[in-house]
Amino acid sequence: MGGVMMNKIAHFIKSFTLWELLKGLSVTGRYLFKTKVTIQYPEEKTPMSPRFRGLHALRRYANGEERCIACKLCEAVCPALAITIDSEEREDGTRRTTRYDIDLFKCIYCGFCEEACPVDSIVETHIFEYHFEEHGSQVMTKEMLLEMGDKYEKEIAANREADAKYR
Amino acid sequence: MSEELVTITVDGREIQAPKGAMLIEVTDKANIKVPRFCYHQKLSVAANCRMCLVEVEKAPKALPACATPVMEGMVVHTQSAAAKAAQHSVMEFLLINHPLDCPICDQGGECELQDVAMGYGNDVSQYVEGKRVVLDKNIGPLITTELTRCIHCTRCVRFGEEIAGIRELGMTSRGENARIATCVEQTVASEMSGNVIDLCPVGALTAKPSRFAARAWEMMQHASVAPHDCVGSNLFVHTLRGEVIRVVPRDNEAINEAWISDRDRFSYEGIYSEDRLTSPMIKQKDEWKVVDWDEALKFAADGIKSVLTQLEQAEIQDDTQSESEDSGEVVNKTNPADKIAALVSPNSTLEELYLAQKLLRSLGSGNIDHRLRQSDFSDQDAAPTMPWLGQNIEDLEKLNAALLIGSNVRKQQPIIAHRLRKATLNNAAHISFVNPRVYDFHFPVASNIAVAQQQLSAELALIAAAAFKASANDVPDHLKKALSGLKPKVEHKAMVSQLKEGENTTVLLGDLANMHPDFSVLRVLAEAIATQTNSVFGYLTEAANTAGAWLAGAVPHRGPAAATEDVVQGSVFAEQNPDAVLLLNVEPDADMVNSQAMIETLQQASRVIAITAFDSAALRDTASVMLPAATFAETSGSYVNAEGFWQSFKGVCQPSGEARPGWKILRVLGNLLDQQGFDYVSSDEVRDELRSQCENIELDNTLNNAATIKINGAAAELMRCGDVPMYSGDALLRRASSLQQTQDAQVICVRLNAAEASRLGVAESDSVLVKQGNSSAQLSLVIDDSIPTGSAWIPMAVKGNELLGDAFGEIMVEKV
Repeated sequence: MGGVMMNKIAHFIKSFTLWELLKGLSVTGRYLFKTKVTIQYPEEKTPMSPRFRGLHALRRYANGEERCIACKLCEAVCPALAITIDSEEREDGTRRTTRYDIDLFKCIYCGFCEEACPVDSIVETHIFEYHFEEHGSQVMTKEMLLEMGDKYEKEIAANREADAKYR
Repeated sequence: MSEELVTITVDGREIQAPKGAMLIEVTDKANIKVPRFCYHQKLSVAANCRMCLVEVEKAPKALPACATPVMEGMVVHTQSAAAKAAQHSVMEFLLINHPLDCPICDQGGECELQDVAMGYGNDVSQYVEGKRVVLDKNIGPLITTELTRCIHCTRCVRFGEEIAGIRELGMTSRGENARIATCVEQTVASEMSGNVIDLCPVGALTAKPSRFAARAWEMMQHASVAPHDCVGSNLFVHTLRGEVIRVVPRDNEAINEAWISDRDRFSYEGIYSEDRLTSPMIKQKDEWKVVDWDEALKFAADGIKSVLTQLEQAEIQDDTQSESEDSGEVVNKTNPADKIAALVSPNSTLEELYLAQKLLRSLGSGNIDHRLRQSDFSDQDAAPTMPWLGQNIEDLEKLNAALLIGSNVRKQQPIIAHRLRKATLNNAAHISFVNPRVYDFHFPVASNIAVAQQQLSAELALIAAAAFKASANDVPDHLKKALSGLKPKVEHKAMVSQLKEGENTTVLLGDLANMHPDFSVLRVLAEAIATQTNSVFGYLTEAANTAGAWLAGAVPHRGPAAATEDVVQGSVFAEQNPDAVLLLNVEPDADMVNSQAMIETLQQASRVIAITAFDSAALRDTASVMLPAATFAETSGSYVNAEGFWQSFKGVCQPSGEARPGWKILRVLGNLLDQQGFDYVSSDEVRDELRSQCENIELDNTLNNAATIKINGAAAELMRCGDVPMYSGDALLRRASSLQQTQDAQVICVRLNAAEASRLGVAESDSVLVKQGNSSAQLSLVIDDSIPTGSAWIPMAVKGNELLGDAFGEIMVEKV
């Protein structure tokens, strides 16, 4: 019975001394002087793992030859059925794709294609900022993928290099 | 036949097995898995891969299951430590030289080495030295070699020796240097060569036309039936995203065993040829115009209707005129619908053939025919319900003797030839031929008679005379005149005695006999030979559905199921002068015995409706409307093979472009022409309708009442003759690009033997002038001593043959 009485008195005093307000302000005050973690995206960006799985690219060898040999393992392993490949014998007798489409709406960015690739051809880059303006442009064709590979080869190679010792 | 059984124990299971059977056969039957590469149930045992090593108690070392006969009380362990160790070692040795290029190997995903390596291989190879490399050979347009991948199982070598009958691939050198090579530097030319692709357990031999096109795991497999020869080989068609990628055999012991011919395997390429007709087209003011289906069908139906009304009006006028002119005389009234005709390809499905004849007969015309390359119809009333083999295909390998007339069975029906070859190997069967030229066979031939086509019936008459002499039966009246005074030679008598003495014997009329201008004579004589020697009489029909075409009523004188009562009768195409013609899968420049005459007839007709899968110059020239039809892979349907076996199949992919299954086109035409009974929902309904009519048919090749025959003696000095090259038989084949690059693909040329050429004063490499009636053509000349004197050999159905006339007519060859 006495406890209830004490609580009422304490509440009465706290209401007059603005205790709750001061308590809240102390939290605000504490954060005012703490190190800031907010990033001013897009001016600022967070660091990224070399394993980051973003937009896809098809790589080439140093001599300019495309790596992809149309083995279709990525197509087979893709859980979202996002990859479509047509293949043929190129004039020089090698096995090549005539079509390599990735539907980015279907893709779940799991990275299985990259894992399955025996020649490190299909990779997921660190690019994650992209948009589509019309229906149909979500399908990345072979040309687009190779262009991505050419454009970011340095970064892709550096990322593979950084992660190589864990593989 | 009771076989002696022994009891063996495999992995603790007691199994009864026939004595002497190989262990691997017994374990296969009992569903016990033993890995293997070189063993194949259709080939001899080689035991050279050593993959099937198993532990047998009391044997000092592991034994190969494929070469170890079972014995009473044998105790076998397939999974014991010793067996597994042996299998692991073998696997390691096999992988030493095998390249790790599975990602670019066409066999990847369906590779026996891959599968077995998953079960028996190690993760890491201990081998560090350089791997062996073998240079690839170009062995033709059908098979790619990657010989570095070869594991020397020799299945392909044994296939050549034992099944294909020609040793084309062999193994040279030994050990590290052992390699598969062509025996002589040449391409592999067997008509069954494609089967080595299936036999090869690794990716050393793969299909060239479908190279790198698809992976085993992404293709859909559909059962189908081969659309070319009368065997009706069972197929699996593999498709990727609705497109046919390849064709492989479907095992059927009664028909094709585990093999198919190259023709059946690679003809699918024609489906995607560039001149595929993908939308309906009509000709207006000599211009071809792409239209939609409604318009095209209406145009076609209106065409037939207008011809019918015109003819009816003319008829009425005629009637009034003739009544006014002469009163008493009976006027021979012609049926107006007789001006409508249909020509149907015997490679069409049963449903298409049945509907085509139903459509024509309901319009009142019986002028329908599938016998496009036949020229002698004089005994068509005596013909059997349907010409068939007279026996099962399987039974052919039990033959002791056979006589084949006008047949290049090896190239035209490779699967039948394989059965005959088995008969020669197993029973030392005497197979004889009477042909209009010398053909090569891959089995020992008892006698291979070749005479000019104009002497074929005379030659056969000699054999018939010998047959009557041997049987001591009286010569029936219709043969008396033809056979009297003939003196058979030794070879004829030998043939007859082989036929007479053998337990299982047959006389078969081949497709060349069927096209021959003396077909009726050949048939009567062949049947007489068969009867007198107690042999089975049969036909090796030309196309996939020739037998079915007879059943479906695609002949002018008989309806479905050979009915003659209440059936609209017609006449054969050569005697007609039609105003409207329906062509079903027929190409006028290649599918006829006389393409030139055919084209002329069509040009005179006012309406030609072509239901065709392919666009062609000849059709554009002659037709007034082209309706795109589906090919065998794109339509459901049925074929009746030479043994009378009905086989139905489903379409495996969507037809190209706007093309539609032939039976649907015919059904709609029937509806548009206001005919009753064209309301089918599925092709099964069409088939069942025909099937119910065919229930009581008993197959019998006996000629009903043969007419008196006359052997043609006098003929021109030089007669044209020719067969249909094996890769030119139908529209699909003529467009199968890889087959057209093989040695068996032929271009038009004229072949003469050396004696005939010198008589005519022409020499090889000359371009010669070939004249037939009013037509002439300049062709290259090939000296070929397999052609008998008196014959000029020009193949049918190849480009350029439409420049000349009758394929069996009189001909002149002159120096240019």
